Amino acid sequence: MNQAIRHSWVAAIAMFALIFGAISYVQVVGAEELENNPWNQRAILQDYCNDRGAIVVAGTPVAESVESGSETCAFQRTYPQPELYAGITGYFSQNYGATGLEQAMREQLAGNADQLFLDRVGQLFLGNQPKGASVELTIDPEIQRLAYDLIPDGQRGSIVVTNPRTGAILAMVSKPSYNPNLVATQNPSEESANINELVKVPGINLNPNVSGPTGELLAPGSVFKLVDIAAALASGKYNKDSELPNPAEMPFPGIQYKLPNYAGGNCYTRDTADFAFALQQSCNTPFASIALDLGRDAIAEQAKKFGFAEDMGDQLKLGYARGNGFPDDLDEPGLAQSAIGQRDVRATPLQVAMMTAAIANDGVQMRPNLIKTLRSPDLRVIDEPQPEQLRTSTTPEIANQITQWMTSAVSEGIANRAAVPGVDVAGKTGTAELGNGANNSWFTGFAPANNPQVGVTIVMEGVDINTGAQLTSPNAKRIFEAVLNK
Amino acid sequence: MSQLSTTPKPRRNVELALLLLALAVGIGANMLVGVDQEKAFDSDFWFQSGLLAVAALVFHGVLRFRAKYADPVILPLVVALNGVGLAMIHRLDPPGDDTGNNQLRWTLIAMAVAIAVIWFLKDHRILRRFTFISLAASALLLVLPLIPGISAGEILGARVWIRLGPMTFQPGEVAKITLAIFFAGYLSSNRDLILLAGRKIGPLQFPRFKDMGPMITAWLVSIGVLIFQRDLGSSVLFFGLFIVMIYVATSRISWVVIGLALILGGGFAASRVFSHVELRIDGWLNAFTEEVYGRAPGGSHQIVQGLFGMANGGLVGTGLGQGRPDLVPFANSDMIIASLGEELGLIGLFAIVLMYLLLFTRGFRAALGTRDAFGKLLACGLSFAVALQCFVVIGGVTRLIPLTGLTTPFLAAGGSSLLANWIIVGLLLMISHTARGPVDTTPLPAAKGAESTGIDTPTEAVKHL
Repeated sequence: MNQAIRHSWVAAIAMFALIFGAISYVQVVGAEELENNPWNQRAILQDYCNDRGAIVVAGTPVAESVESGSETCAFQRTYPQPELYAGITGYFSQNYGATGLEQAMREQLAGNADQLFLDRVGQLFLGNQPKGASVELTIDPEIQRLAYDLIPDGQRGSIVVTNPRTGAILAMVSKPSYNPNLVATQNPSEESANINELVKVPGINLNPNVSGPTGELLAPGSVFKLVDIAAALASGKYNKDSELPNPAEMPFPGIQYKLPNYAGGNCYTRDTADFAFALQQSCNTPFASIALDLGRDAIAEQAKKFGFAEDMGDQLKLGYARGNGFPDDLDEPGLAQSAIGQRDVRATPLQVAMMTAAIANDGVQMRPNLIKTLRSPDLRVIDEPQPEQLRTSTTPEIANQITQWMTSAVSEGIANRAAVPGVDVAGKTGTAELGNGANNSWFTGFAPANNPQVGVTIVMEGVDINTGAQLTSPNAKRIFEAVLNK
Repeated sequence: MSQLSTTPKPRRNVELALLLLALAVGIGANMLVGVDQEKAFDSDFWFQSGLLAVAALVFHGVLRFRAKYADPVILPLVVALNGVGLAMIHRLDPPGDDTGNNQLRWTLIAMAVAIAVIWFLKDHRILRRFTFISLAASALLLVLPLIPGISAGEILGARVWIRLGPMTFQPGEVAKITLAIFFAGYLSSNRDLILLAGRKIGPLQFPRFKDMGPMITAWLVSIGVLIFQRDLGSSVLFFGLFIVMIYVATSRISWVVIGLALILGGGFAASRVFSHVELRIDGWLNAFTEEVYGRAPGGSHQIVQGLFGMANGGLVGTGLGQGRPDLVPFANSDMIIASLGEELGLIGLFAIVLMYLLLFTRGFRAALGTRDAFGKLLACGLSFAVALQCFVVIGGVTRLIPLTGLTTPFLAAGGSSLLANWIIVGLLLMISHTARGPVDTTPLPAAKGAESTGIDTPTEAVKHL
């Protein structure tokens, strides 16, 4: 009997060993994941009423904590230019968590980050209220305002302006936007009423997982042809003078469907096309034939090198919108359609902007960066992110070759409305058909072509061909001019 | 094992020293809570701390009189656990709420009952006379919550409470003890019969079907609790208690195999048929999906918030009164482990779990030491029940297993649980007294139940602390 009692004890000890393991997992090993869970309000509640650091654009706060006058909760988070910067700042809510930079830079803004350790100790000894670091952005307020105004009210769309050489983001806007003050209010019932109103607007997504509307996944259309060209040149099977088949329609054995050429330009004038002509006129069939020739994997590999479906390393952590990259398991028509950015290919405006930036920067993709400086409460600079290479997308030769063809697409091709007098502009338009005559209309490009200083990516969602043409290339021109004339 | 024979030592002074330490832990924790809430040392605090200390010291005094060889570690462990629980419940009390004082009141009542058990029962072997009365009592206690008029109705999906005037009571907590007494009595009388008859299949000797009566009874009780009271935790607890006791009585692993097969079969069938079981399991497996998290009854909100709290505590905890355990539903009862994990951290929670480990280990020690089969079975069953209950609760809170509604012994707010667990402590102390004391060869007074089967030949010398 005693032996059985000992065995029972061992069984009980075994159960307790499992308990010790489970506690260790929850409190230590898996703790960080649990703390970062968007449903976890603890970290936010801890700082909610504190004097958190400001988010600053050119010396003006776009998010700051002001004294609330309330005894129970001393500070209220406010957003002085709410709609203009909502996609970057995000909101800081007691019941709905935090998004955008409010979430990504939460530790620094609250003053809990490692770099602020000494300040923290000082506050502890002096008995002062905790104060957070302030974050100064790379955003240019004039360009941000211009870009925001270039998207008409009621139109869904996004604009990303970057410096391709450094990865700095100069402007990042989208519509519809919303007022984060409505979500940050200290009155919980007011807050939930406001949120219930806001989420009724199509295109507004307040989910804490979704930070910033420029993270939305969209069909890229013809701007994806830049990937095909890079893949073709990298394969060694093609060179800059290669002649590509350019039939008006591409048939597939055994099925009715035929892939048509783009009807808007001069594609119909030639049966074969070189890269320059195909890109200038954005013909579909040459690129479809490249994809069928190289195969799915080559295109997918090149897309990955341009950062599609990869970690972008940006501070907004737009990783949730990484998408699936270039699709798997494609039949021939599927591969042909995917190669021209239709079907299931998806990319975010920021991803497209980064692809173009890599071409502009001799094939090297820089990490997109929103943070110019991080300052302690006494305004000491405690961090200053330096330009950082993210990945090599293609060779300098291929990048320069694509730049040449993109330049001719603006000077002689269908992107001509993006041309800026006296400056070589490289650009590519795209039109992804959504059905019923609605399209996602794209422009992506940079200027000057030989010494890139600014990259512009514009997408207007759900527009007809003409509206799309008016809202993309001409608007890009205005942004190029505004940045280059500074 | 060495055949060392030592003179029995009471070790009551060791107990007193440990008891003072335990009181320091409990009262100190309460003091920290008070400091944080800026109401530290008012008369209430001293009055309450004084009451707890007096009760603990009276208990100690009673042991000096009535059970002077009782294990000296058990009482201090339980006082420390109870004290920490009181502090945490007090800490979680919103202004105007009085759960803390209510818990203190119940602690005093429970300690008084445990003292009465020790004082009047004198020897645990007397309980063997109540084998079948215990079975009847168990049945009554388990049926009570289902009887209209007495039943407190369905609370949080389970029907386990009864109404006694202004209070509610969970008779199932006490049924755990009466069932253990019944199993111990029945098995100690019939183990020879069960042992000798049976068929050998492979390496396992299986019992005759008619000897499986008690097992079937236990299974029916467990499934009945599950179906009618919707109480998955108690169902597992009762059945686990029985499996261990029959294993200890027979030393046959075949019983464990049959038992586990029955419980897995019953559990699987129940999860198919009864939505509350299925919801529990779904809430466990898919706790982090939006649909399950947001589900109003039976969702995973509670467990996920508990995990957030524990993660927030990390290694060293936020400190008493510094965390936000109030964000977790049932923070002072079902989820008190998460509250303690948040504010005391991994280190504090490990200390608490270690206290439970020591507690049940001392219970098993008493089972090894005592010479009568009934005492062995009872001590082993009760100790294992405490361990299993901790495992089910803490495993549920940490998402090791599905969360069920069992209480955390001595910590969670709730009178019935305190009462039942303090009675268990009283019984374990009594059994350890006979285990550690000088060999008592005198028959029980008016010993109707002290036939030869009652006393096991000592298999080895008893080691003393």
